Amino acid sequence: MNLFGRKKSAYNAKERLQLVLIHDRTDLNPGELEALKDDLIVTISRHVDIEPSGVVINVAQDGRSQRLVADIPLRSANRRRR
Amino acid sequence: MTAKVVTITSGKGGVGKTTSVANIAVALAARGQKVTCIDGDIGLRNLDVVLGLENRIVYDLVDVVEGRCRLRQAMIRDKRLPELYLIPAAQTRDKSAVSPSDMINLCNELRSEVDWILIDSPAGIERGFKNSIAAADKVLVMTNPEISAVRDADRVIGLLDAEEKGPASLVINRLNPALIKRGDMLSVDDVLDLLAIDLIGIVPEDENVLVASNRGQPLVLDSKNRAGQAFENIARRLLGEQVPFMDLDAPGLWQRLLGRK
Repeated sequence: MNLFGRKKSAYNAKERLQLVLIHDRTDLNPGELEALKDDLIVTISRHVDIEPSGVVINVAQDGRSQRLVADIPLRSANRRRR
Repeated sequence: MTAKVVTITSGKGGVGKTTSVANIAVALAARGQKVTCIDGDIGLRNLDVVLGLENRIVYDLVDVVEGRCRLRQAMIRDKRLPELYLIPAAQTRDKSAVSPSDMINLCNELRSEVDWILIDSPAGIERGFKNSIAAADKVLVMTNPEISAVRDADRVIGLLDAEEKGPASLVINRLNPALIKRGDMLSVDDVLDLLAIDLIGIVPEDENVLVASNRGQPLVLDSKNRAGQAFENIARRLLGEQVPFMDLDAPGLWQRLLGRK
């Protein structure tokens, strides 16, 4: 970052490329990722009580391969019983 | 002899493929290797002018493929070196005049006669690219530290994997150390993080590249400039030598002599 708090342009380039390459490599756009998330919430909720607002889905990179990473918070069973 | 077929490709145009092919070929030939370069860019040939051989073309790649001449007749010998040849592209035809299997057959015929076959791929991912990689034993993907070139390189690397021509090796061309230091150009490490493939060469931006192609005299012929050294290093790595990557911050000989950085 420089004096005015603006990030250097190479940093912008790298950050933008990281996102673009994930989409290029997987053919998965942000809209589809959202739709997948909604489906996942519905399906998982049939088996276990989850916190829908806390669900996060991301594509993580490992070298040239990507994986889908879902972070799905569960609702505590204790709290429900009360 | 059993030649190794090396293709240089990039996706995006204008990143320096033709210059690299010319310089790597000359560097290999200067080390006593027998080298044939093939210009794969049918309809937009350029390797002939970069090598300074444009006035000696009689037959071209399409003439060989269509049987109008023997392979040997289309190989223009570069008189500056003992064993460097060019098979030029046809200028008045298009990419569909040659098929991937034509390229495989042609390279198979050549393999027993030379040590290296270097193929200069056209930009893009269509027919010309497919022709150029069909016979390749090794593919070098070239990019610039620039957002569109890196994106296109990634696409090409993916296609090469799908065609089982991977893993490709990366050449990053036109690096500007001052811009990198200022934070306004992707560094070698940034590009490697993004593309996640092996590195085989880094080439600094160097105005001698333009001068050399103006004259049709590949850089490595009159060495001692930074880009010429960088291409020579790539040739040595292809030959299996362990050559450390250039320190881009160190000023070149001429800059030191002239007292500027």
